[in-house]
Amino acid sequence: MTTAEAPPMGFGRMHRKEDARFVRGQGNYVDDVELPGMLYGAVLRSPHAHARIVSIDTKAAEAHPKVKAVITGAVLDTLKLAWMPTLSYDTQAVLATDKVRFQGQEVAFVVAEDKYSARDALELIDVEYDILPAVVDARRALDEGAPVIRDDKEGKTDNFIFDWESGDKAKTDEIFASAEVVVSEDILYPRVHPAPLETCGAVADFDKVSGKLTLWCNTQAPHAHRTVYALVAGLPEHKIRVIAPDIGGGFGNKVPIYPGYVCAVVGSIVTGKPVKWMEDRSENLMSTGFARDYHMHTEIASTRDGDIQAVRVKVLADHGAFNGTAQPTKYPAGFFHVFSGSYDLQAAHCEVKGVYTNKAPGGVAYACSFRVTEAAYVIERIIDVLAYELKMDPAQLRMKNLLRPEQFPYHSPTGWEYDSGDYPKALQLALDMVGYDQLRREQASQRENAKKGDVLTGIGISFFTEAVGAGPRKHMDILGLGMADGAELRVHPTGKAVLRISVQTQGQGHETTFAQIVAHELGISPDDIEVVHGDTDQTPFGLGTYGSRSTPVSGAATAVVARKVRDRAKLVASAMLEVSPDDLEWERGRWFVAGDPDKGKTIQEIALASHGALELPEGVEGHLDATAVYNPPNLTFPFGAYICVADVDTGTGQVKVRRFVAVDDCGVRINPMIVEGQIHGGLADGIGMALMELIAFDDEGNCLGGSFMDYLLPTAMECPSWELGETVTPSPHHPIGAKGVGESATVGSPAAVVNAVLDALKPFGVRHADMPLTPSNVWRAMNGNPVRTDLAIQ
Amino acid sequence: MQITVNVNGQDYTREVSARLLLVHFLRDEIGLTGTHWGCDTSNCGVCTVWLDEVPVKSCTVLAVMADGHRVRTVEGLADGDQLDPVQQGFIQCHGLQCGFCTPGMMLTARALLNREPDPSEERIREAISGQICRCTGYENIVKAVRWAAEHEAAARTTEPRTTEEATV
Repeated sequence: MTTAEAPPMGFGRMHRKEDARFVRGQGNYVDDVELPGMLYGAVLRSPHAHARIVSIDTKAAEAHPKVKAVITGAVLDTLKLAWMPTLSYDTQAVLATDKVRFQGQEVAFVVAEDKYSARDALELIDVEYDILPAVVDARRALDEGAPVIRDDKEGKTDNFIFDWESGDKAKTDEIFASAEVVVSEDILYPRVHPAPLETCGAVADFDKVSGKLTLWCNTQAPHAHRTVYALVAGLPEHKIRVIAPDIGGGFGNKVPIYPGYVCAVVGSIVTGKPVKWMEDRSENLMSTGFARDYHMHTEIASTRDGDIQAVRVKVLADHGAFNGTAQPTKYPAGFFHVFSGSYDLQAAHCEVKGVYTNKAPGGVAYACSFRVTEAAYVIERIIDVLAYELKMDPAQLRMKNLLRPEQFPYHSPTGWEYDSGDYPKALQLALDMVGYDQLRREQASQRENAKKGDVLTGIGISFFTEAVGAGPRKHMDILGLGMADGAELRVHPTGKAVLRISVQTQGQGHETTFAQIVAHELGISPDDIEVVHGDTDQTPFGLGTYGSRSTPVSGAATAVVARKVRDRAKLVASAMLEVSPDDLEWERGRWFVAGDPDKGKTIQEIALASHGALELPEGVEGHLDATAVYNPPNLTFPFGAYICVADVDTGTGQVKVRRFVAVDDCGVRINPMIVEGQIHGGLADGIGMALMELIAFDDEGNCLGGSFMDYLLPTAMECPSWELGETVTPSPHHPIGAKGVGESATVGSPAAVVNAVLDALKPFGVRHADMPLTPSNVWRAMNGNPVRTDLAIQ
Repeated sequence: MQITVNVNGQDYTREVSARLLLVHFLRDEIGLTGTHWGCDTSNCGVCTVWLDEVPVKSCTVLAVMADGHRVRTVEGLADGDQLDPVQQGFIQCHGLQCGFCTPGMMLTARALLNREPDPSEERIREAISGQICRCTGYENIVKAVRWAAEHEAAARTTEPRTTEEATV
C-alpha cells in the first residue's frame, strides 16, 4: 500500500502534500503552539445585549494566586487601545468602556498561569450593569425613539450606517411600470455563522529586548493583520511578525481582527510573557463574524410568457453593533449587486440600507464571496416564485432567460463584466444528469394520489454566477490596502524550488495546488517545490485567502512569477547552448533549439548553470529567482447549475435531501480532486443553511444559537452522496484560465435546497418560506403560517 | 490526584486536578496535540479518542475516569512508519481538508472496521454521525473508510495476519 505515485507534472489529480502531517496528528494549529513560560488569557463577556457599565470590580480576580493580570477597557483606554478600527472604517470596542452593545461582547481580559485558573478568575470579576432596551429586530432599528446603540460616536442620534445602491433606478422603474407581470416577495437570508471547527485564537509573544511582537494567529489574512496592528498599536511594522499556522477551517470567520487577539498582545506586553488566547465554542458563535442577515424585498418583472425584464431589490442589512464587515471599501454591501445573476435582463437596481442592532458584528463571512451568496439566493428564489405564478417549469423559465454564450464578455446591468461562460450547456448537463423529465413525471403521478402525511418529492434548481478573485486594485481595497498579491519563487542550484505566497490555506490545499501551478509552468515536479505561506516574515505582501481569491489572484501571481523564471532560464540556456534566445523553444521542463530538439537544457541544468561559473548573459544577474505582484484586471466569474431532489414528509415536516447534482464551471481545474472536495464541502453548507443553521435572538437580544446544541450543522446523515458534473470555460484574462471555486457551492446550493422543499410543498399552496426549513417551519408553512425565522418571538 | 493512563501503549503517570478533561490531559499534560478540541458540548467530535476500544469524546471524559485505562489517539494509529489503512484511505480519497476533524474521524472509522470489516456506506455515515466535518461534505470520508475496508479485505486474502492483529 503506498501513496507515492508519481505526481502529475502540472495540473491533474494529485494527493495532497499536506496530508502526511494531518493524518498523523502532526498538524500545527494555533492551540498546539506552546512557548516557555506561556500564560493563558480568557475573556469576560457581557451577559446583556445592551447595558451601561456602572462599575467593574477586578480586585478579587487580581487576588487569585494564579492570575498575572486583569485588563479592562479602562486599562486599554490609557494605552489608547480601548477601541480599534474595523475593516469597514468603523470602530469596535476591544474591551467595553461605556456600554456593552451585544450579548457576548468583550468586557475584561484575565491572564493566568493556566487556562482553568483564567476561567475561574472571570467568575471573580464583578460588573454592575444598567440594562438598556435592546434593538433586536433590524426593521425597528430606525424607528423614531429606538435606543441609539452607537452613542460613542459624536452626534449619533440613530442606528443608521449606510445607504448604497447599484444599477439604473429610472430604467428599472420604467420597466416595472409597464411590465405584464410583476411578482414580489420578502425574502430573508437569516443570520448564520461559519462555525469552523477550530475556534479563533492567538499566541502573542512580545520580546521587550528586541521590541518584536510575534503573533501566532489563525487568521486568513496575516499580512493585512500585521499592517492593521501597526496602524492601531503604533508598533513599527517590521517589528511585527504574524504567523498563521495550520488553520482548522476559516470560511471567512477568521478574516477580521478580534478583540481577543488585541488582548493577547496587550497581555504579553503587560506580563512580559507569551500569552495564549483561545475562545470557546459559545464565544465563537456569539461574538465573531456571523454571516448574512439580509432582509430582501425583491421584485421581478416579466412578460406573461416568461421573458424576464428586470429585477429590483431593497435590502435591509443587519450589521450588528459595530460595522465590522470585511469587503472592498467601495462596496459596503459587498458584491451583492451581482444579484441580476445569470440572466439576460434589461435592467436591475438594488438599494441596501445598513443598520446597527444589538447583535454581534460581522456579516461578510461563511464562504459568501462578499455577499454573492445573498445575491445568488435572492435571484434564484424569486425566479422560482415567478415560475410559481406563471405556472411555468422552473427549468424552462431559467433556460429561456439564461445568458447565451455569444453574449460574453457580458456587461451586466449593475456594471460587472462577466468574463466567460456557457450557461445553457451547464444547465442542460445538470438536467440530464438528474434525469429531470423523468423526475417531473414521477412527481406528477405522486401528486395525483397525494394525501396529507405522504412523503412528497420536490425538485429545486439553482443557477448561480459568482464574482470572485478580488480584485483590481483601482477599485478594490480593504482599509486602503489594494487587493493585489505577491509571489516569490526561488530555484535552488539543484533545480528544486521554494514558492512563497501571500495567501493562507485553511484546508484548501495550497501547498499542493500552488506547487502544481509552478510544475505546470516550469516542469519541476510538485514534489520538488516547497510552498511557504502564512508567515509575514517569510512571504510577500498580499491580502490573504477569502472571497475565493487564492487561485484567481495568488494563483495568477504564481503563474506570472514562474514565467519570469522561465524567461530568465531562456537567457541562461541560450548562453549555455551558445545560440540566440530567439532560436529556443520551450517544452515543459526544458529549453531546446528550434529544429534540433536533442540540443536543449533542462530547467534543473539551467538552474545549476545560473549559480555556476557560466558567463551570464545580459538580463540575468545570477540565479533564476523572481518576484511578482499580480493586480487582477477583472474579477473571475465561476458559475454552475445545481439541482436538489428532496423528500418532504408532510406528516412531520422533515426534509431529506435524496439527491444533489452539481455542475460547476470554475474554468481550468488545477487539481480536480481538490476542486471536487471544495464543492462537496460547500454543498453540505447549503444543506445546513437551508435546513438547519440559524443564529436567532429573543426579544431581549439573547443569542439563541450559542452552542452546537442549538446551532445545528449537517452531519453525514443529512448529506447525500454528491453527484458532480463539470464544464470548463477558461477565464480569458487569468494566466492559466482558472476562476476560483472555494465558495461556489456555498453560494449556489442553498437556493437549490430551498427551491426543492418549496417545490414539494406546492400542492399546499406554499410559494415562499424562509430558511432554515426546519420541520417546524415546514409544518407552519404547509399550514399557512410561515415564520420570521430570525426572531424567536413572533 | 495521581492517575496513570496508558496512551498508545505507554503508561503516563501524572498529578492532575479532578476536573481536568481528558482532552486537556492528552494535549497539555502529555503533549499529544493530534487530539483536537472543538465545541464543549460533545457535538462536534473532533476530540474523539478510544477509551479502551471504544471511541469517546474526550471533552466529556474526565482525565481521572481514564485512570487505569487504555487510550488510543491519532498518534497511535500508525505502526511506526506504516500508516494504518484508514490513514491511507483518507489520503487516497481526499478525506480531509483542514485536518481538524480528521483524527477523530479516523479513530471512529478504525473502531468501526474492527467491529465490521465490510460496512456499507450507510453504516459508515451512521458511525461518523456524531462527528462534524465542515470541509468535506462527508462524501470523501465515507469513501476513505470504504477504501480502507477494501484494502484490508484484499490484504486478508494475501497475508496470514488478520487486520485486527495488524492494527490494534
